[in-house]
Amino acid sequence: MDKRILEERFFKVLMIGSTFIVVGSLFALFLVVVLKGAPALSLSMITQTPKGGYYLGKEGGVLNAIVGSLCLGIGATVLALIIALPAALFLQKDYIGGSRFATVTRLSLDVLWGVPSIVYGAFGFIIMVYLGIRASLLGGIIVLTLLELPIMVRALDEVVRRVPQELKYESYAIGATRLETTIKIVCRQILPGAVTAVLLAFGRGIGDAASILFTTGYTDRLPHSLLDPVASLPLAVFFQIGTPFPEVQQRAYASAVILLVIVLLLSIISRLLARRFTKYVIR
Amino acid sequence: MRLRRLKDLLASRLMLSATVFSALLVVFIAIGLFLKSRSILSIQPLNKLLFSSSWHPLNGEFGLYPFIMGTLWVTVVAMIIAIPLCLLTSIYLAEYAPKRVRGVVKPTIDLLAGIPSVVYGLFGLLLIVPLTQSIAPIFGITTNGYNVLSGGIVLAMMVFPVIISISEEVIETVPYGMREASLALGATKWQATKLVVTRGALPGIIAAIILGFARAFGETMAVLMVVGNVAKAPSSVFDPAYPLPALIANNYGEMMSVPQYGSALLFAALVLLVVVFLFSVGARLILVRVERRYRVG
Repeated sequence: MDKRILEERFFKVLMIGSTFIVVGSLFALFLVVVLKGAPALSLSMITQTPKGGYYLGKEGGVLNAIVGSLCLGIGATVLALIIALPAALFLQKDYIGGSRFATVTRLSLDVLWGVPSIVYGAFGFIIMVYLGIRASLLGGIIVLTLLELPIMVRALDEVVRRVPQELKYESYAIGATRLETTIKIVCRQILPGAVTAVLLAFGRGIGDAASILFTTGYTDRLPHSLLDPVASLPLAVFFQIGTPFPEVQQRAYASAVILLVIVLLLSIISRLLARRFTKYVIR
Repeated sequence: MRLRRLKDLLASRLMLSATVFSALLVVFIAIGLFLKSRSILSIQPLNKLLFSSSWHPLNGEFGLYPFIMGTLWVTVVAMIIAIPLCLLTSIYLAEYAPKRVRGVVKPTIDLLAGIPSVVYGLFGLLLIVPLTQSIAPIFGITTNGYNVLSGGIVLAMMVFPVIISISEEVIETVPYGMREASLALGATKWQATKLVVTRGALPGIIAAIILGFARAFGETMAVLMVVGNVAKAPSSVFDPAYPLPALIANNYGEMMSVPQYGSALLFAALVLLVVVFLFSVGARLILVRVERRYRVG
């Protein structure tokens, strides 16, 4: 047989093999974590806070961490959206579009996207010392907001860029200002994509551990105010796996399953919502 | 009409400030970290901080060398594992895979990107650590499984989505005509891919690899859980390591108590930031150039 065809076959096998390894590693991850965590998953895990002796293997659950993570994630996502949406809209052609300022901003956001979360954590810690805040829900929200900001602006920017320019011209032609066009036409047009962007950032925020390690503290109680320390799921996994007791380590696996389920749900919800909101798209 | 104009003006001012804030965030972070690490820089010269291997915070010796080497070892091992797998996968997805396969594989890889790092860490503890422990005796080495190789494997998995999604996109931007020209000259599909497509996409692929490297360089929790955390520069993949991010994460408690210690840790964070900054700016500049070339051409 032709040598060239042999080469083609050889590389095709290699390529399919590597694709299998990449996809297989994801399935292995799910399988291992879920198989380990599922037996320890119980109703009390998600409905109770840790009781006395929880970290020795006694009664209780990780409700504190679930509630904490949701508060942190929602708070940060809302704050990040308040800054990210105007910024992404400002990157439109109608405002600063193709200017050098826009290019630099995009570059800067891309760099921020790659900044390790531990660096955000360290920076957050500096801010908190400067403002005199102790490790608390508020501190965690501030850090996660900064972490989510570049992800959200860049994702929204990609969506905003895809709005057809003619659509805006039509709006200008009937006398609308830029602001009116942006709010009534652009914001409506980007709705499906924006939902995906926001939930992507939310997923990133809720799963991050390194950035909130210094800034949220950890507690067995539910948070009552912004200045209370707060537990979170990623840190619950991390701390419980670090204990020497097998029962507690079991719960680390269970907490990881809860975290995985939340992240997966977010991804599914974002796809469903995006499909639903497509009906608001003008064209 | 005047009111509507005013609203428009006010809104665009607000949007401007949101944009400026987002754009300058990286500068704020750099300045914040620099101001805080100044006190350690004034005590110890930069080259001693970076290249001395004595880490004895209580005696005032802060040599980051073992940690920098730890980070490099783990990251390089991860890249050696990830690069061939990612390139073959992205070429397969872009050139060969049937639509149905792509439709399944691409969302799966995106999903991989969204999994929290502690979950990767758990996976590493459960599967990879025992795996490297049982592999090591083949090479006549005993290890408890918490070593550079375990960290590298877990990290490799974490950079899969970064490298694959970017390089696949870049490969797709190579104009179809280039492939056709090559096929018309009698090249096999693989030859066209190898000689024309990957060559055209090369700068973009390099950028994707650099971004993957930057991501791996700063990853904290997953690595910290499997890499052993022994403050000594590793000399083989079966040695434990103590990467910079793990150093910061494990000792944050001391940041408040010992001012110099805290300053040294924030300096470590600054080192991470600078490295990641240089790498990502470089990669993005390459990508911008790639995009421009094919958009015009």
